[in-house]
Amino acid sequence: MSDIRYLAPQTLDDAIAQYAAAEGAARILAGGTDLLVQMRSGLLKPSTILDVKKIPELTAIERTADGGFKIGAAISGAALEEDPDFGKAWPGVLEALNLIGSTQVQGRASMGGNLCNGSPAGDAVPALVAAGAVATIKGPNGSRELKVEDVPAGPGKTNLKPGEILVSFTFPARPKGSSDAYLRMIPRTEMDIAVVGVGVSLTLEGGTCTAARVGLGAVAPTVLLVEDAAKALIGSTLDDAAIEKAAAACSAACNPIDDKRGTIAYRTKVAGVLLKRTTAIAAERAGRT
Amino acid sequence: MNDQSNKWIGKRTVRPDGADKVTGRAAYAADATMPGMIWAKVLRSPHPHATIKSIDTSKAEALPGVKAVATAADFVDFPVDTPVPLGIQDMRWMSRNMLAKEKVLFHGHPIAAVAAINEEIAAEACALIEVEYDVLPFAIEIDDAIAKDAPILHDFMKFDGKPSNIAGTLEHTLGDVDAGFAEADVVIERSFTTKPVHQGYIETHACVVSVAPDNRTTIWSSSQGQFMVRAMTAYLTGIPQSNIKAIPAEIGGGFGGKTIVYLEPVATILSKKSGRPVKMVMTREEVMRATGPTSGSKSTVKIGAKKDGTIVAGQGTFYLQAGCLPGSPIRGAAGCAFAPYDIKNVHSFGYDVVSNRSKVAAYRAPGAPIGAFAVESVLDELAVELGMDPLKLRLKNAAKEGTKAAHGPTYPRIGYAETVEAALKSEHYNTPLTGKFQGRGVASGYWFNAGGESSAQVNITEDGNVVVTTGHPDIGGSRASIANITAELLGINYDQVSVQIGDTASIGYSNLTGGSRVLFASAMVVTESTEQVIEQLKGRAAKIWGIDPSQVVWEGGEARPMGEHSANFPSMSLEELAAKANATGGPIGAGSQSNTVGAEGGFATHVCDVEVDVDLGIVRVLRYTCFQDVGRAIHPSYVEGQLQGGVAQGIGWALNEEYIYNKKGQVDNPGFLDYRMPVCSDLPMLDCGIIEIPNPKHPQGVRGVGEVPLVPGPAAVRNAVHDALGIWIDDLPLSPPNVLAAIDANSSLQAAE
Repeated sequence: MSDIRYLAPQTLDDAIAQYAAAEGAARILAGGTDLLVQMRSGLLKPSTILDVKKIPELTAIERTADGGFKIGAAISGAALEEDPDFGKAWPGVLEALNLIGSTQVQGRASMGGNLCNGSPAGDAVPALVAAGAVATIKGPNGSRELKVEDVPAGPGKTNLKPGEILVSFTFPARPKGSSDAYLRMIPRTEMDIAVVGVGVSLTLEGGTCTAARVGLGAVAPTVLLVEDAAKALIGSTLDDAAIEKAAAACSAACNPIDDKRGTIAYRTKVAGVLLKRTTAIAAERAGRT
Repeated sequence: MNDQSNKWIGKRTVRPDGADKVTGRAAYAADATMPGMIWAKVLRSPHPHATIKSIDTSKAEALPGVKAVATAADFVDFPVDTPVPLGIQDMRWMSRNMLAKEKVLFHGHPIAAVAAINEEIAAEACALIEVEYDVLPFAIEIDDAIAKDAPILHDFMKFDGKPSNIAGTLEHTLGDVDAGFAEADVVIERSFTTKPVHQGYIETHACVVSVAPDNRTTIWSSSQGQFMVRAMTAYLTGIPQSNIKAIPAEIGGGFGGKTIVYLEPVATILSKKSGRPVKMVMTREEVMRATGPTSGSKSTVKIGAKKDGTIVAGQGTFYLQAGCLPGSPIRGAAGCAFAPYDIKNVHSFGYDVVSNRSKVAAYRAPGAPIGAFAVESVLDELAVELGMDPLKLRLKNAAKEGTKAAHGPTYPRIGYAETVEAALKSEHYNTPLTGKFQGRGVASGYWFNAGGESSAQVNITEDGNVVVTTGHPDIGGSRASIANITAELLGINYDQVSVQIGDTASIGYSNLTGGSRVLFASAMVVTESTEQVIEQLKGRAAKIWGIDPSQVVWEGGEARPMGEHSANFPSMSLEELAAKANATGGPIGAGSQSNTVGAEGGFATHVCDVEVDVDLGIVRVLRYTCFQDVGRAIHPSYVEGQLQGGVAQGIGWALNEEYIYNKKGQVDNPGFLDYRMPVCSDLPMLDCGIIEIPNPKHPQGVRGVGEVPLVPGPAAVRNAVHDALGIWIDDLPLSPPNVLAAIDANSSLQAAE
């Protein structure tokens, strides 16, 4: 068995230097709930593991100046759950993250890892897309920002450049009457991977939807931002016609495959069904009466 | 029905192996370790079907750290034209399943094995073995395997005089079905398919084997029968049975899947070659790819009835996948399908079909759930057609004492009708469903049950306690049940009885744990042994008192003088008699060995409530009750455990479990993520209605319990889904995509929404 080098840098700068020095032979370890499984199955054989959980920027929960949040990419779902404010502003993001795995896994798994794993079925990702979260990325050539929906490049791939590390997510401030929700379809009640996942974030003013974003997972090579669905909701009172239109937009956006987890026909139909159910939950949370 | 005078039979005693299991002390096969032990891994076929032209192991052997390499050439040869039956298996097929010989027959088929100083080197060496293949076209599904131009797996196999993938057939005939159908007012005929499902034991196959230079062999392994392990290892390696000691480890689930060997003979040869103890532990992926699920099937069932519900004819045709080598459970499908009913005209036909899949293994009432799925589904449709309650239709046609069954027997006193009556009277069946898209389904089932060979030894320790040794791995609470019976017979405390599972060198031959036979058979030999011990104890007391043994009675755990002597001597306890054993004739103990008979069949009737999410196609089970005639519940908790476990597996089979193959002929879901057994939160509490109609041929009235609970499940769920949606779905599983497709294809339901 070949040896694996384990590094646990204390600062972001050290991490970037070590990651660059490994020249592509290193893998980042946040919670490890995907990485270790992939290593055990023989899918990945990294020569260096770079543990990023000791870096302050990756494990901080901060309020931004405008009232939003900045969340370290390596924070576990269980840790984020304990924050007194985040779940009130972004219940959909939190529920999506904490649908992943068992209680033990939730103590390890992070949003950053879920996004960088590149799976179109990652539960946190559609909720992050719906939330309009922005990823802060740092590499040898400095810092940059990417919208979450622009991070995945295909199954198992991201648009991060060699040497870049995902540092944190920035969530915008929430106007009054805003909330979000995430639902996924799995055949069982637990211990499963999304066949379709839908995240909806919206704002209601006097019964009218003034802002909305829809993220759709597991129906295309990457998680999708479904702008047509959002357009159908914005300006409406979330009446049946608007919801139907948004659901149809979700189904239309699907570009799925037939595989062991679901058929094309099934995923396409279920995307619309889940849009309706997720929107209803988000609207209720946003205070619709 | 447990007699109130019983102190231990029928009591929920603490299982003797419980504390060890919950604290992690229990030793499973993979826990075994030895000084100098090395590890072995298996090279598996990358093709679903190919001729092996050559195997070159030289590079693997040259790798540092490698201690031994084995291929089929190292094992005893079993020519294909000479049957060597062992139980329900044949060594011709066992040998070729363990290591491919002329051909590889499925993706994952073992070809060679390497033992090395660690698992990584063993795996690395496997990759260095060079195998030259002639790749052949393959057939996975039954229809592909029986098609005219199907690739033939075995040239020597003929059907109707031509090379074929049909390995065998089985036919049961009773009366004249054509005449029966001619009498019928209503005839329903339907065709069904079911997918192969795996037993899903949590513990993967594992063993440690040590072969001494003089060939004396010790095997620690997880199996449903240490004597089966010994016999198969002896056959395959040529080492005589007397030189093999097979030690049964604790077992982490078997459900029939551990009634054959995959690893033990391989580890034995590797140990013999290397001179080191060899350990093998399968990964989950290896289990899913290369150990036996039960058969997938296609079947057609036709049932005819009079307007009053009297069934006049039943006909069934069942095609079962055998996997790559002959031996699917057609007997269970064709034999059990119509067995709960008194039908004068029955014709039941089974086909054993080979294809490029892993060889099937036994799974809880092998074949019976497949037959029941088809028959119980047609019965439900018949009930709708006749406007009858589905349970009343079953009750009207229920088999009873004196009924001649198509598969052979004329039934003695059985409890089938009682299970239907209990269901009819139950609070569950009489509570109306109120929600939208909710439905209730019922189904019944039968399993043969088995007797067979068992041995027991009952010894009184010097301090007046009892050690009982049997030869059966305990997979369902049999130790606790045997302790209940022994304590009852001896009139002593349950805590005074220790039940051990002997290895093959310390107890007489005992057939494997399967066929729902263990408590039935071992209770018989334990009872015989205990009765002999009681006779000895009475004799010892008589000797001490100087009276005739016939003047001594054993009661309440002590010997008491009777009749004219009753006031002359104080009674003597087991402890007192044990203390005086050496002075009265030596150690006290007795053994018994028997080929037990009289295991009468078991029957169950299930009631299942479901709710369907019609937008997502998800079926959720809301409530489930299993009514079963168990003969006598020696230990009710473990009877309930068997019932609940079987029901959970039946629900899994119905809803989400299936083998999915990709276009390359490979299993695409070889793990518990995508092979979806129900998780705890998928199921409601599963209720049990235990019915006790004692088996007249057993000293405690025991009937086999473990297998029947799986039999009705898939049909009960399917019938409930029909009740909820008004749609008959004939193909399992009722997974969300399949259910939603059925809903979408049914315009009347969409209109109803």
